Amino acid sequence: MKIVNDVICSFCGCLCDDIEVTIDNNRITKTKKTCALGKARLLTAEDTERLGKPLVREQGRLIDATLDQAIKNSAEILSNARLPLLYGWSTTSCEAQKIGLEIAEEIGGIFDNTTSVCHGPTTLAFHEVGMSACTLGEVKNRADLIIYWGSNPLEAHPRHLSRYTHLSKGLFRKSSKDRKLIVVDARETKTAKVATRFLKVKPNSDYELLSALRIAIKTGDLDQKTVAGIPKERILELAELMKNAEYGALFFGLGLTMSRGKHRNIDAAVCLTSDLNDHTKWIIMPMRGHYNVTGVNAVSTWTTGFPFGVDFSRGYPRYNPGETTAVELLLREEVDAALIVASDPVSNFPIKAAEHLARIPMIAIDPHRTPTTEIADIVIPSAIVGIEVEGTAYRMDRVPLRLKKIVEPPAGCLPDEEILLKMLKVIRKS
Amino acid sequence: MREMSVTSKSSLIINNGIIYDPLNNVLGEKASLYIKKDKIVDEFRENGAKVIDAQGMLVIPGGVDIHTHIAGSKVNTGRMLRPEEHRVSFVPKGVMPKSGGGYSTPTTYICGYRYAIMGYTTAFEPATPPLKTRHTHEELNDTPIIDKACFPLLGNNWIIMNYLKDGETEKLKGYIAWIMRAIKGYAIKIVAPGSTEAWSWAKGVSSLDEEVPHFGVSPKEIIRGLAEANENLKLPHTVHLHTLNLGRPGNYETAIETMRILEDVKPARGRKRVLHITHIQFNSYSGTSWKDFGSGAADIANYLNSHQHVSIDMGQVVFGNTTTMTADGEWQYRLRKLTGFKWVNGDVELETGMGVVPYIFSRKNFVNAIQWAVGLELALLTKDPWQVYLTTDHPNGGPFTAYPTIISWLMSKKARLEMLKKVHQAASGRTTLPDVDRELDFGEITTISRAATAKALGLKNKGHLGIGADADIAIYPIYPEKDDAATEPKKVIKGFSKTAYTIKDGTVIAAKGKIIEQPLGKTYWIDIEMPDSIMKETYSDVKESFDKYYTVNLSNYLIGDGELPKSSPIKVSS
Repeated sequence: MKIVNDVICSFCGCLCDDIEVTIDNNRITKTKKTCALGKARLLTAEDTERLGKPLVREQGRLIDATLDQAIKNSAEILSNARLPLLYGWSTTSCEAQKIGLEIAEEIGGIFDNTTSVCHGPTTLAFHEVGMSACTLGEVKNRADLIIYWGSNPLEAHPRHLSRYTHLSKGLFRKSSKDRKLIVVDARETKTAKVATRFLKVKPNSDYELLSALRIAIKTGDLDQKTVAGIPKERILELAELMKNAEYGALFFGLGLTMSRGKHRNIDAAVCLTSDLNDHTKWIIMPMRGHYNVTGVNAVSTWTTGFPFGVDFSRGYPRYNPGETTAVELLLREEVDAALIVASDPVSNFPIKAAEHLARIPMIAIDPHRTPTTEIADIVIPSAIVGIEVEGTAYRMDRVPLRLKKIVEPPAGCLPDEEILLKMLKVIRKS
Repeated sequence: MREMSVTSKSSLIINNGIIYDPLNNVLGEKASLYIKKDKIVDEFRENGAKVIDAQGMLVIPGGVDIHTHIAGSKVNTGRMLRPEEHRVSFVPKGVMPKSGGGYSTPTTYICGYRYAIMGYTTAFEPATPPLKTRHTHEELNDTPIIDKACFPLLGNNWIIMNYLKDGETEKLKGYIAWIMRAIKGYAIKIVAPGSTEAWSWAKGVSSLDEEVPHFGVSPKEIIRGLAEANENLKLPHTVHLHTLNLGRPGNYETAIETMRILEDVKPARGRKRVLHITHIQFNSYSGTSWKDFGSGAADIANYLNSHQHVSIDMGQVVFGNTTTMTADGEWQYRLRKLTGFKWVNGDVELETGMGVVPYIFSRKNFVNAIQWAVGLELALLTKDPWQVYLTTDHPNGGPFTAYPTIISWLMSKKARLEMLKKVHQAASGRTTLPDVDRELDFGEITTISRAATAKALGLKNKGHLGIGADADIAIYPIYPEKDDAATEPKKVIKGFSKTAYTIKDGTVIAAKGKIIEQPLGKTYWIDIEMPDSIMKETYSDVKESFDKYYTVNLSNYLIGDGELPKSSPIKVSS
């Protein structure tokens, strides 16, 4: 039995790096300091849904195959496709993502990641207006006013408050008594219940409320009696709080990116926080979900110039979200083959998009059985990054960390990186 | 990147080139160069050797860029902020070995290719937040061909400011040794000392004697303390400083005051300098407001002409659309207000910050026209070419691909006068540029773009063509015996834009604008030996900072040797 310290949890964008894991006979038997989600993640290595052998579909049924056969068939599908889609990438290492980009370039395919169905609007707003950001330690050490908007960290990023924000201790803030926590949401979430203040915004009215706050901060007044279901007085009061904070931090989730207005909501939230820097310090940060979605945005950007939805079909990187992104390509039935890595689009995409995925030849690389692997034509089991394979991942604040290998993968399960590299080599030979 | 094979298979001889090797006092001699493996060697005879006939072309060492923002968090932020740039400036696979694009923020592969095609074989990233340096190395690992390194940002670091306040000079040195090894850094970078920390409270520090909020030290103490530690540790490069008040009218006084602070600091043995002020063009302005904005370059050059302890690089402005990026977060917010353009801010816990703002340098804008002239004044009025280096502070003043054009301005008064006619008249009225007659020769251009930069960085095997030097060589289709750079600036631009051959570690990696091979270059970092007793004490302070204030654990902050595929530590024993 051995204990490994400072393990980095590869579940959500928090990348908590203080986990203590007990290993007995190459099995994780105990975890300390994890949240419930992180614990489940670390124990997935033992999951009964773990894929064992490569599978290829023959006459409608998935049957066992050798890795070489699965890779050869995959390379054939990808090489012969007119416009293949390479999708997923947010729950694997940067090393695997890099090879994915090489394959996409080689075969003239589309390289898209889960950003396009998640914080895509955040990225679009970023292109328009930028963002006042920081690393999480800045919030821990300095922030006295913290807002979560359309985000429920206590359930989605459980340790966010205790490690980085409201409940953390820093140089200038010794405890939660030195901070105020405000939640803006369409429903009273678990996080809202522990907040200093909760503002219940009328669903799909976030843009109006953000705009009202900008006006209130600029002019000190509002013409309307209520905005987005919130009385004028409360808006003016919040505006004053925001102006008078020493260091403010606004975190937002899919409640803001995926409600009406989408990237316009984020644009408004960014402008609100940017403009506040005339008065005091304000930052804003998206609550990224998958543990390495920030990493795939980074790798894709330094390789191609674009963070997601990259189309190599013309021999150079093209980017036009809505045209070159996975869901839209599937709905328009434009792609004719797919490689899905570390992702489960069949569960998450609109049904029409999933239907097209089912119709075209599809390869899935994943450690686990998912609805996507169920309908795939080739399934290649992989080792789990951060547990069975080391690799780089980027935290939601773009801090890169080196995930550890703490146990051996099951026999026959290679890292995504190695599987993809083998595939690339076969593609290059053909 | 994975392709990293390529070691030179055969010996190489370059005949009939006109060689400029100022470090070895070779200025325009027709001679041969002999190369075995990756080094320049003494004359040999070998039947199987590959021979390049340089036919009277200019043969100089591979370029060494001392200051260029090519990798890491803020550079990638710039790329992500500007899809509009990558949409119009793209490179298909086939034109270069890999696709990509970008003008002011090129993708990593394209960046390496463009440097190689231009005859540059070494480029140093001058600003990496230690906490995010893994990102910087990841990008450098994906930047082909060139050798590289990165400078950690240490001018707003809590641990350093505390040591300086408490007068802990030994522990300070211990921390510098620790951080260089921890994150694989090369030199001490100071940006807007104390001011970036203050910017974390949306404030700034604008005087060298002002106290940094909460930390009880002044910018002057930070600069002096780090410079003394640097010389004491005998690091290969001096401290590399972006001064206070960058970009603002009247800031040439801050620059001169800053240089004065270090007049009496004793340099490490074997060199004269204790300070490098980077992109000083942005800190050489006179005036009290934008209305009476003018050039302070002549005063800066005068100071440099009588003081040997400082080197500078130009930070030359070229006209066009670019992306500004710096750890001077406060200035970037001011730039946002000045331009109304999109803005990214990125403060980094305990260490530093950054800002990114697009910018358009316009010929018709009188401030921009003066900025353009100021950079050239600095390079031409400073007499010693070993003291002033060619940079654009890529991409802040413009992209590095503008170097050939800048060289043409430096070599030709005619070219400068032609530009002066095209830009706002303030460049003629408020600077001395129209009256400057000096025209640099090929030897001086070689000095400011490789020989002097390699020397300033302490790279003994680079920037020259002597026996034992790295076989990094640029052969340009410029014929010094025939071509007159003063009267034919267009030939100069064309010639310096694409080499006839670029040789890296003895292998021809580019020729006539095409990439032939793409080996992976080395990553240098400094490995400083310090007594265990000091390292132990420093370590316990560092550990405490991590336990209390950082959001990552100490062990996860460290960058392993294995993370750099071509790790090249330089041992420093103090």
